[in-house]
Amino acid sequence: MERSRLVFSGSGGQGVITAAIILAKAAAIFENKSAIQSQSYGAAARGGSTRSDIIIDDSEIYFPKVIQPNILVCLTQESYNKFSAIIRPGGLLLVDSKYVTIEKKVDAKHIALPMYDTVIKKIGKPIVFNICMLGALIGVSGLIKPASILKVLETTIPEDFMEMNKKALSLGLEMGKKEKY
Amino acid sequence: MTKQVFNFKDYIRPRFFPHIWCPGCGHGIVLGSLLRAVHELGLDKNEIVITSGIGCSSRISGYVDFHSLHTIHGRALSFATGVKLSKPHLKAIVPMGDGDALAIGGNHFIHAARRNIDITAIVMNNRIYGMTGGQFSPLSGLDKKATTAPYSTIDRNFDVVELAKSAGATFVARSTVFHANECKNLLKKGISHKGFSVVEILTQCPTYYGRKNKEGDAIQMMEGYKTNTVKIGSKKLEKNPDLIQRGIFIENTDIPEYCEAYDKIIETAMKGKA
Amino acid sequence: MKNKNNIRFVQGNEACVEGAIYAGIDFFAGYPITPSTEIMEHLATRLPQKGGKFIQMEDEIASMGAIIGASLTGNKVMTATSGPGFSLKQEALGYACMAEIPCVIANVQRGGPSTGNPTHVSQGDVNQARWGTHGDHAIIALTASNHQDVFKITVDAFNMAETYRTPVVLLLDEVIGHMREKLVIPEPGEIPVVERLRTSVKKGIDYHPYLPREDGRLPMSDFGAEHRYNVTGLFHDMWGFPNNNPEVVSELLRHLVDKIENNVHEISMHKEYWMDDAEYILISYGSSARSAIHLARNRRSRGVKLGVLELQTLWPFPTEMVKEKCAGAKAVIVVEMNMGQVVTQVKNAVDNPQTVFLANRIDGQLISPTDIKSLLRMIQGKGV
Repeated sequence: MERSRLVFSGSGGQGVITAAIILAKAAAIFENKSAIQSQSYGAAARGGSTRSDIIIDDSEIYFPKVIQPNILVCLTQESYNKFSAIIRPGGLLLVDSKYVTIEKKVDAKHIALPMYDTVIKKIGKPIVFNICMLGALIGVSGLIKPASILKVLETTIPEDFMEMNKKALSLGLEMGKKEKY
Repeated sequence: MTKQVFNFKDYIRPRFFPHIWCPGCGHGIVLGSLLRAVHELGLDKNEIVITSGIGCSSRISGYVDFHSLHTIHGRALSFATGVKLSKPHLKAIVPMGDGDALAIGGNHFIHAARRNIDITAIVMNNRIYGMTGGQFSPLSGLDKKATTAPYSTIDRNFDVVELAKSAGATFVARSTVFHANECKNLLKKGISHKGFSVVEILTQCPTYYGRKNKEGDAIQMMEGYKTNTVKIGSKKLEKNPDLIQRGIFIENTDIPEYCEAYDKIIETAMKGKA
Repeated sequence: MKNKNNIRFVQGNEACVEGAIYAGIDFFAGYPITPSTEIMEHLATRLPQKGGKFIQMEDEIASMGAIIGASLTGNKVMTATSGPGFSLKQEALGYACMAEIPCVIANVQRGGPSTGNPTHVSQGDVNQARWGTHGDHAIIALTASNHQDVFKITVDAFNMAETYRTPVVLLLDEVIGHMREKLVIPEPGEIPVVERLRTSVKKGIDYHPYLPREDGRLPMSDFGAEHRYNVTGLFHDMWGFPNNNPEVVSELLRHLVDKIENNVHEISMHKEYWMDDAEYILISYGSSARSAIHLARNRRSRGVKLGVLELQTLWPFPTEMVKEKCAGAKAVIVVEMNMGQVVTQVKNAVDNPQTVFLANRIDGQLISPTDIKSLLRMIQGKGV
């Protein structure tokens, strides 16, 4: 596979970093790929814009940071404004349509999906917004298998929450698969 | 309980002697009281770890035939915390000077008290830095002379007993080297107490504090301990409330000891794992 | 297929914790400080599960004191910190050198001096690890660039602390400490674990706590066991008694330095990438080595004979090895995130110090392959 360089961005509390860890872990442990996740740190624990970098590849990854992502996810307008310019030409830019208004100034495939609204409507718990995003991302890109995500979730979250997460993942997948990239 | 007649030679390391203390220094009396206390408690020398910092008083650790840890200035209680928590069956005794315990070591003092870890801290209070040649300490108090206070001190002093009490020590006592027998008995109680014990012992430094402040020689200074101190609650306090009180100020056995509390954490953690 | 239970996807700080557990850590004392805090957080959970002890102390100095005390009762001990905390620990670290107490100090480096750049990477404490405490002494400092190696050098750190009876500094950095990647926990026995060497001297026979054996090793007796002895930060004789006799002082100081400096070959660890025919050599360590290796792989595919020498032992500095590896190189570029700490050692080691260059970054960002490439092109006379 080609090296995938991803940046997930949003605001603190949206689960952006958790999503990045789940994705990278799924690739590393359950698909036997090389994967690295890192994140930028500030002094604030909540709020503000957050960014997490993920690299997935078949070969060894040395430099762990993403300078130009070929996949960029923005879950807030602020993060879209801040990071959209760094995307690799022709890359994939996934945003949540409730939070982000696309300006299409960059050379990238823009996909805006109502991930947040769908989660609220169908599940009613914003806590799984990030899992829905992961589903949508995998649906669009085919980056890794959905089953690998589920395997990570099974080992990290309490059983009672599993059903809700599964649902969020498949809602995302459905939305994502309809898009072409 | 006493197995045999006390012989100090059973408890010291002759190789270390002569000691470094000046003629007339009160520290030898503290050493004598401590050894008698250990003897009367019938403790196994292999189960005592004496940890000290830096200063005249800290040299006690080398003189005694226990496991001895002579550390760095002010930090003895932190080293002793590592010893005690890692091997809770050991008796941890920490002799300290006033500067060692309450200036550079003040933070460790209050936190050891807050944890209520089973360590006996002996604060040998001579109100001066002796080893470095007579600088004022946090226990010197106002209007005293020292090499670093040639015009007299403007620094107020800590009250060790009040500080230890408010920091959470569960055994707090005070005596003086004039009252050597009382010292021994308080040390016995402090060492036996399960929790953080503070025993403050007023001990003279005729070489520096005495000379600088015109308090006379060792004998006169010891007489001062006799006349200026009373047992807790003595009637003499009514006439003269400035007299220093001696005795046990706090002896609280209701507060959990730190190492025992940690053993419960281990129990919980091991269950969680299984 | 490997047992999945042994595969983790963790931060470097957690890889360090796993290494410590594998090495047999019994006791940890620490104080919260970014970016090392995850080490203490994980050990707070893990240690009591195996009957070990964890304590959050009132400050950095107390943490260092507590691990020294716990080491003396026979435990494998560790603390973790970052720049400001590492500064605070230096006096007690020197005590551990002088009293020969086995202990491990992890320093997850951040930008300094002072409070500096707490959440950003730096490698500015290399010289502090060597000379942070006062007086002549020797020290061991290890570092690594990926989680599998962080695990390994943590085990090595515990082993060396026991073997040489010395504090060992683990010089990690913010990038390695915080990023997540795969870690495969080795099976027991896969990496050797050195246990404490205890004295065989029986009760009632004189035990000399500070008289080295012929092989230079110094068997210990636990506090609480039958041999009662004195431990001090003063110069001391074979009994542990303070002694300022000039012969005793010089002999002890020589012993403290020689036991480490004379064993550079045993202590020194490094890795090589495309070094066999390298005309240009990148010398690096920690997270910056990742960028160096990245660049070398990339340039190799374009025919540039570029190799990487990754140092894992920074102190004692492997002078002879570096000299040998760099002999004949057209240029040597030291890649590090400071104003030039290892480069000074490299210049000192090689035959032609004028062919040694520094590629550095000091702004809190991980040095990138492009940063190094720019300098390489300049040296090659190609311009940027």
